[in-house]
Amino acid sequence: MDGRQEFESHSSEPPVVVEMRGIIKRFPGVLANDHVDFKLYQGEIHALLGENGAGKSTLMNILAGLYRPDAGEIYVKGKLVHFSSPRDAIKAGIGMIHQHFMLVPSQTVTENILLGLDQPRFILRLSEYHQKIAEFAERFGLKIDPKAKIWQLSVGEQQRVEILKMLYRGADILIMDEPTAVLAPQEIEALFITLRKMVSEGKSIIFISHKLHEVMEIADRVSVLSKGKVTASGVPAKGITRQELARLMVGREVLFRLDKKEQAPGDVVLQVEDLHAENDKGLPALRGVSLTVRAGEIVGLAGVAGNGQRELAQVITGLRKCTKGKILLNGEDITNQPVSYSIQRGLGHIPEDRTHVGTSPNLSITDNVIMKKYRQPPIARGMVIDMNQASQFAQQLVATYDIMVPTIRTPARLLSGGNLQKVILAREISGNPRLLVAVQPTRGLDVGAIEGIQRLLLTQREAGAAILLISEELEELISLSDRIYVIYEGKIMGEVTDGNIEVIGLMMTGTPMEQIRQGVQ
Amino acid sequence: MNSEIAKSTSRSFPYRIVIEQRLKEPSRTYSLLISVLAIVVALFIGGFVIAQAGGDPIRSYRHIAKASFGNIGVFSDTLVKATPLILVGLACAVAFRSRLWNIGAEGQFFVGAFGASAIVLTPILPPDTSPWIFIPVMMVAGILMGAFWGLIPGFLKAKYNVNEIISTLMMNYIAVAWNNFFIYAVWSESGFQMSPMFTKNAWLPRLTDYSKVVPAFRGLTTHLGLLFGILAAVLIWFILYRSRWGYEIRLIGDNPQAARYAGLNITRNTILVMMLSGGLAGLAGMSEITGVVHRLQGAISPGYGFTGIIVAWLSKLNPFAVILVSILFGALILAGREIQPSGIPKMIQGVILVCLIASDFFLRYQIRIVRRE
Repeated sequence: MDGRQEFESHSSEPPVVVEMRGIIKRFPGVLANDHVDFKLYQGEIHALLGENGAGKSTLMNILAGLYRPDAGEIYVKGKLVHFSSPRDAIKAGIGMIHQHFMLVPSQTVTENILLGLDQPRFILRLSEYHQKIAEFAERFGLKIDPKAKIWQLSVGEQQRVEILKMLYRGADILIMDEPTAVLAPQEIEALFITLRKMVSEGKSIIFISHKLHEVMEIADRVSVLSKGKVTASGVPAKGITRQELARLMVGREVLFRLDKKEQAPGDVVLQVEDLHAENDKGLPALRGVSLTVRAGEIVGLAGVAGNGQRELAQVITGLRKCTKGKILLNGEDITNQPVSYSIQRGLGHIPEDRTHVGTSPNLSITDNVIMKKYRQPPIARGMVIDMNQASQFAQQLVATYDIMVPTIRTPARLLSGGNLQKVILAREISGNPRLLVAVQPTRGLDVGAIEGIQRLLLTQREAGAAILLISEELEELISLSDRIYVIYEGKIMGEVTDGNIEVIGLMMTGTPMEQIRQGVQ
Repeated sequence: MNSEIAKSTSRSFPYRIVIEQRLKEPSRTYSLLISVLAIVVALFIGGFVIAQAGGDPIRSYRHIAKASFGNIGVFSDTLVKATPLILVGLACAVAFRSRLWNIGAEGQFFVGAFGASAIVLTPILPPDTSPWIFIPVMMVAGILMGAFWGLIPGFLKAKYNVNEIISTLMMNYIAVAWNNFFIYAVWSESGFQMSPMFTKNAWLPRLTDYSKVVPAFRGLTTHLGLLFGILAAVLIWFILYRSRWGYEIRLIGDNPQAARYAGLNITRNTILVMMLSGGLAGLAGMSEITGVVHRLQGAISPGYGFTGIIVAWLSKLNPFAVILVSILFGALILAGREIQPSGIPKMIQGVILVCLIASDFFLRYQIRIVRRE
């Protein structure tokens, strides 16, 4: 209380509740936060914007006491703090609501909120607390039944419980890590009403997102992070246009041109018609996607994360069923066929998650590279695997693709990200795929590895493969692709052939191509 | 007050212990050394308890060693105890490799014994059938019954995602009750709770049966089942590391998502692996009933199926290590009974298990003592 008065006394501006100065955080091989400064005022909603891997979550995890910074200082309400656990952060009034909720499904709302608190000590008179929590929730306009069990609640309601949990612990600074990512549109609306209510009660909110329209709707100010550095700090959100925001987020760095040969594309290899599919939550993720990819061309799919790219890749590669629509590979219907069916017909897939999907961590390099070849000769000899052939094959891939491994018996989990990705790429390319679906092939890799991977993709293009490149790195998409589709909320907004970054940015934020054309005219 | 003192001393103490994840695979010698050390530590703990109970640890251990490895006779008995453990251990190892937690080996063992008995007692084959036909037919019957017992939970898991831990465990009780029905009601020998003795033709040959040719074999009860166990270990090793199916088992076990991505049929594999696992445990039951007990009765297993789980873990799911660990456990079961019917020997088994599993920590983490900044 004393501290707050002190602040209010020396200016008419709202007081600064959080100030982070010169935060540096390194992870093996990555500089996640590079001298980041950040300021949060009381009673504001401050959006933290940035692409995946820009360092937003790292910065906020530091503020919430989950990580310790390598350098830099954090002041909360004017006091220098050193958090060694989330408990310390909560004591200082900072609560973080994670993307994945930390709730006990079989217990009630009240029980979840009381979990881990010192009060009540021994005897839990639930009815008393039900009442208390209901009243508390009322104050912030959070409609919730305290007696309901968590598993009975919708995702939006569960999120409300998380918010309530933090408020009940006395948090007045709330960090929300992509809170809308899991919500349906109406739930987002309800969340925004709650957030405004909380701010009017004097709380301060940090809102992590990469959805521009939401940021424009809810935030008072915006900070943008890009590759661990601050590119915009506390810009007022009022009056800012989508273009400006897109530019802040995407950046306008010089694109390095890769040595891409001119070539005419061949026949249509992949044809997707009016594809519909649901995401893991059962919400519609794809709403009528149609696209084509020809032999010898790289077709990019741009979009802010979570707009259906992941689901599209999964449906095409057979890992997810579609609810409607058609997928043709070389004219053959592969819709909802088993994965092995399309693999046999020349589909290569570089999955988004190389450690959990693309490789098997405790199996050797050899075992990892034969994943799609162990059924056919020469590696298969009847029911038996010819280990000599398998080792030779692995050795040959390691040499050809310059993969740095101690031996081919090394388990995959001991490889660096770049080498692991090369293993996957080598495996997929060695099958001479007709179609290659590459999802985020260079994410999280260092510059050298990125270039290597991109060159390999270009070589495949020259060899006549059809490549669908799904990436959130716009620079990469523009420098590699012959054409780029833009996806937004499960629909294709349009197609760009000249790599116009402004048009892509507009479509990424939900403006369809027709509207942009009309605007130009 | 106390806590404050502790705090101030801990602050001034210039070193602290750091525990870090290993980035490199530890060498084979190192992991072997750790395992041996773990057993030594376990024996020390066990010795301490024996001393507390008023015994002499050194004498006890010497007695255990003598009673299980002391001469060819007792070693042969150790091998008899190890035989079912090898097969059941392999059954568990194969299932665990595929991340299927089959804890129903006990039940599969029982129905395997039932299957073999049914051939003699129904009777499906006349008592004067040659052993050359009898034994293979009983093997097939035991394996098929065990595989069937594994198929049920495997199918439920694959099709309806029924937790196999629960279903295999429950199937154990059904198996025991099933056997009891036949022991009490169908094949009961003049009211006793056991079936009549099998005809000699249906016994697995034992070493002592050849004492006329090799006099040294006299009295040795090691039976053909041991050979089944060793051949099964070789076969399982070959399947796991040299066959397409084994590759699929290992891939699914290590990363089911990658397996799905590589186009493997996980449903089919789940069912097949459970059948293989059940079949091995069924063979264990067949080998025990035709090699040792020679009749169907209630007490045919002192929990071999559950010990198999421990054997599989201790051997880190390696088929050949299963043989060695089984012999070690066979020795403990055999010699343990010499010291005490229950209690200390079980305790030593448990302590060895805990120490070996805990020693894994040293393979995955390294501990350093560093100076405080």
